[in-house]
Amino acid sequence: MMNKQVTLDAKNIPVNIRLFLWLPAFLFLLSFFFYPLTKIFSLTFDFSTLTNENNLLITRNSLLFTFYQATLSTILTFILGIPSAILFSKYDFCGKSFLRAITAVPFMLPTVVVAAAFNSLLGSRGLIPLLSSFFFPQLPITNYQFTGTLTAILIAHVFYNTTIVIRIVGNALSQLDSRLENSARVLGADSFSTWRYVTFPLLRPALLASALLVFMFNFTSFGVILLLGGSNFATLEVEIYIRALQLPNLNLAAMLAIIQLFFTLIFSILYTRTINQVNTQTNPQFSQTQKPKTFKQKIFVTTLCFLLSAFFILPLISLPIRSLTRLEADRGQRDEIQYGFTTDYYQELFINRRNSLFYVPPFQAAINSLSYAGMTVLFSLALGYPVAIALAKPTQLDKFLDPLLLLPLGSSAVMLGLGFILSFGRLISSPLFVPIAHTLIALPFVIRTLQPAIKSIPDKLRQAASTLGASPFKVWRTIDFLILSRATLTAATFAFTISLGEFGATLLINRPEYPTIPIAIQRFLSQPGGLNYGQAMAMATLLMILTTTSILLIEKIRLNQSGEF
Amino acid sequence: MQKPLSTFYFLITSFLFFLSSCALQPTTLTVMTHDSFAISEDVITQFETENNIDVVFLQSGDAGSMLNKAILAKDAPLADILFGVDNTFLSRALEADIFDAYQSPVLNEIASEFIVDETYRALPVDYGDVCINYDKKYFAENNLALPQSFEDLINPEYKNLLVVQSPATSSTGLAFMLATRAYFGDDFLEYWQRLKENEVVVVDGWETAYYTNFSASSGQGAQPMVVSYASSPPVEVLYASEPITESPTAALVADGMCFRQIEFVGILKNGSNRDVAEKFVDFMLSKTFQEDMPLNMFVYPVNQNAQLPELFIQHAQVVEDPSTLPYDEIAANRDAWIEAWIEVMK
Repeated sequence: MMNKQVTLDAKNIPVNIRLFLWLPAFLFLLSFFFYPLTKIFSLTFDFSTLTNENNLLITRNSLLFTFYQATLSTILTFILGIPSAILFSKYDFCGKSFLRAITAVPFMLPTVVVAAAFNSLLGSRGLIPLLSSFFFPQLPITNYQFTGTLTAILIAHVFYNTTIVIRIVGNALSQLDSRLENSARVLGADSFSTWRYVTFPLLRPALLASALLVFMFNFTSFGVILLLGGSNFATLEVEIYIRALQLPNLNLAAMLAIIQLFFTLIFSILYTRTINQVNTQTNPQFSQTQKPKTFKQKIFVTTLCFLLSAFFILPLISLPIRSLTRLEADRGQRDEIQYGFTTDYYQELFINRRNSLFYVPPFQAAINSLSYAGMTVLFSLALGYPVAIALAKPTQLDKFLDPLLLLPLGSSAVMLGLGFILSFGRLISSPLFVPIAHTLIALPFVIRTLQPAIKSIPDKLRQAASTLGASPFKVWRTIDFLILSRATLTAATFAFTISLGEFGATLLINRPEYPTIPIAIQRFLSQPGGLNYGQAMAMATLLMILTTTSILLIEKIRLNQSGEF
Repeated sequence: MQKPLSTFYFLITSFLFFLSSCALQPTTLTVMTHDSFAISEDVITQFETENNIDVVFLQSGDAGSMLNKAILAKDAPLADILFGVDNTFLSRALEADIFDAYQSPVLNEIASEFIVDETYRALPVDYGDVCINYDKKYFAENNLALPQSFEDLINPEYKNLLVVQSPATSSTGLAFMLATRAYFGDDFLEYWQRLKENEVVVVDGWETAYYTNFSASSGQGAQPMVVSYASSPPVEVLYASEPITESPTAALVADGMCFRQIEFVGILKNGSNRDVAEKFVDFMLSKTFQEDMPLNMFVYPVNQNAQLPELFIQHAQVVEDPSTLPYDEIAANRDAWIEAWIEVMK
C-alpha cells in the first residue's frame, strides 16, 4: 500500500519514470518543432550571410526596433496591469468577473478584427476623434492618423497583454499572506516600507515572470506590427516574413529566425526560473477581497473600473455594433449617410449567394473551430499532464527540459511553417495539422496551469487518507481528482480558447480544408462591399461571444492557486 | 502512475491512427492556389464527375507566399498544379523551373497578347488591372477635381488623400509601384519621394488599405483614394448592404495609371497525375471556367469566347491603356526596386 502511494508522491519519482513522463511531449516537440526547424535551417542557413553588410544592417535595425517596442510595450502594459491586478485581487465590486473576463478577450481575437475595432474607435473617422471634434472644434484633426504609428502598436500590445499581468501578478497578490503585511504595520512600518520590505520582495518573482512573458509576446509580435504599424516598422518576425516569403532571401530569414530563437531561449530560461520561485514562495493563505471602504479606495476602484471599461469594452463593443448597423445605403448617389439597425449581415451569413465552393456556413465554421479546439484540448492535456506531474517537484533534469516547452511560443512561425513543408510534404494538408499547430502554443499554458495544482496537493493529505484506510483509488478520487478536476478544466479552457483564437495559425502553410471562424472573417475582408464588411463583423461578434463565454467559464471554476500561466 | 501510462497508450494509438490515415490517401488532383482563388461549386463538381476525380484546393497564402512555398517544396511538390502566379512573379517561377511544359489545345481560344511564356510552362488564365479607386461622394462634396495622371497626385490638393500598399508585403502594392516604374522609368523613385512629401499613406496590405483607410468602404477611413482593382467598383455594387444602382466608388483609368496583372497556371514538375493535370489546365482555360471566374475572383477571362457577366458590362470601367513591363525585366529588378522603394519611403 505504501509503495503504491510513493508513486503518487512526485518527489520520489525515479529518473527513468521521469523520462517516461517527458516522453510524449518530448516526442511531440521533436517531430513537430525541432525536426522541421532543423530541416529548414540546415537548408537555408549559410555563414556567408553573416558577412553581408546589408544583411547585418537589416538585422541590426529590426533587432533594435524589436527590443525598443517590446520594452516600451511591456512598461505600458505594467502601468495599466499592476493597478488592475491590485483591483481584481483586493476588491469586490459589481461586475467584477465580467470585467475580468473582458480583459482576457483580446488575447483570443484575430489581429484583423482588433485592428478594425481600434480603427472604428480611434481611426480618423472613429468615435473618439468625432467626439473630440464635436466638443473641441478648434482642434485640428484633419491629418490625424492612427494606423502606421508607434502609438497604434503600443496600444494594441497593451490591449492584448494586460490580461497576463492581471492574471500572474493578481494571483500572487491574492495569495500573499496578509498577516505578514499586518504584522509589519503593527510593528510600526509605514505603508511604504511595508511595500518596500514585505510586499515587493514577495511579489518580485511574479512581477518578473509576467514581465518576461509579456516581453516575449511583444518580442515576437507579428500581426499587430504588420497591420497597425504599416510599412515603417519591422520586428524580427515581420522581417523574417518579408525575407522568407516576399523578397526571398532565405539565408537572411534563417539568420533572423535563429537570432529570435536564441533570445526566446534566454527568456524561456529566465521565465521558468522565476515562475518556479513564484510557486515556491507563495503561501496558499488567501487574503480576503473586500468592498472598497475608504474614500481613497472608492476613488481608486471607480476610476480604474471606468478606465478599464473604456479601454477594453469600447473597442470590443464596436464590433457587435457595426455588425448590426446598416449605413450609407446609397453612398454613390450623394444621399445623406444613413444609419439604421439591421440583422441583414447575420442572415446573409447563411446564404451562399455566389454558390462558391469556398463558402463557409457560419454554423459549420463554428463547429470546425470548436472541433479543432476540442482536439487541441485533448492533445495538450494528454501531452501536458505527465510533464506537469514531473514538474511538480522538479529535479535538475526537469529544470533543464522545462524551458524547451516554451520555445514554440517565441520561435518564428513563418520559418516553422516552411519547415513543415520540407518535413511533411503533402501530409500537411491533413486536417490534423491544425490542432497540432495549436497544441504547440497551448502546451506550455496547460502545463503551467496543471503544475501548481498538482504541486499544491499536500502529501500529508494522501498519507492521512490511506492511514485512515482509504484504498489508493479512493485516495486518488477523493483528493487528487477533486483538486485536479478544476485545474484540468482551467487548463482545458486555456487550450480551447487559444485554439479558437487561432494562435499558431501562421505556421500553417495552407488554409485548412475545414475552415474556421477567423478564416471566414479573413475571407469576407478580402473583397470589397458593405455586405462583406458587415458579415466579417458579424462573424467576429460570434467569435467574441464564444471566447467571452469560455473565459467567463474559466473565471467561474478556476481555483485561485491554479490560475498561473 | 495509472494516469500517465494510459495517456501514453492513448498517444501511441492516436499516432498510429494518424499514420494510417495518411497512408490511405485517395488519388486526387491537388491544386495549389493563393487565398483569393474562388470557384462555383457546381462548376467544379461537374468537372469532378465528368472526369471521375477529386480536386483538392490548397490555399497557401498570398501569391508571393504561395510561389515561394512551391519553390521550396520543388523536389516533393505539395500539389500537381499551381494557379495564381502573376506576371510580377512569373520569372521567378520559370527560373526555379517548377513547371512542366504543356501546350494546351485550348490556347487557340486565347488572345495571343496574354501568351507571354513561349515555352508553354505557364499558361494565362485571367487578367485584371490594378488602379486607384476613389470615393465619388468625397470628390463631389469637396468639389475636388479628379486626378488625371500620376503627376496630378503630387499636387497639394491631394495631400494625404491616397493610401497605397507596401510592395514588400502586398502584390497589389507591387503592381502599383510597377505602374509608376513603367510610367516614369528610372525616375519613379523621385516620384515616390514627391508622393511621400504629399503625405501618401502606406499600409501593409489590401485589407487594411481598403477597410481601414479608404473613406468609401464600410470601414470609413480617412483617405478617399486607394490602390485597388478596376473591378472593385462592380463588386461594391454586388456586395452592397442595400441594393444600389451605382457604385460608390470608381477607378482612375487614365493612360498608364493602371497596371495589368496576368495570372498563370502551370503543371508542377514531379507531380503524379500528369493526364488529369492536363485535363484540369484545359478546364481552367475553357469557356465554362472562364465565365464562372469573373464573379468569383473579380478578374477578366482571357478566353475570347467567354462572355462577361452583366455586372461587369454595366459597372466596370474599361482600361484602354494599362501599363505593363516585360516579365523578365520585372524579374531582374523587382527586389532591387522594392529595396530602393523602402529606402525612399522610410
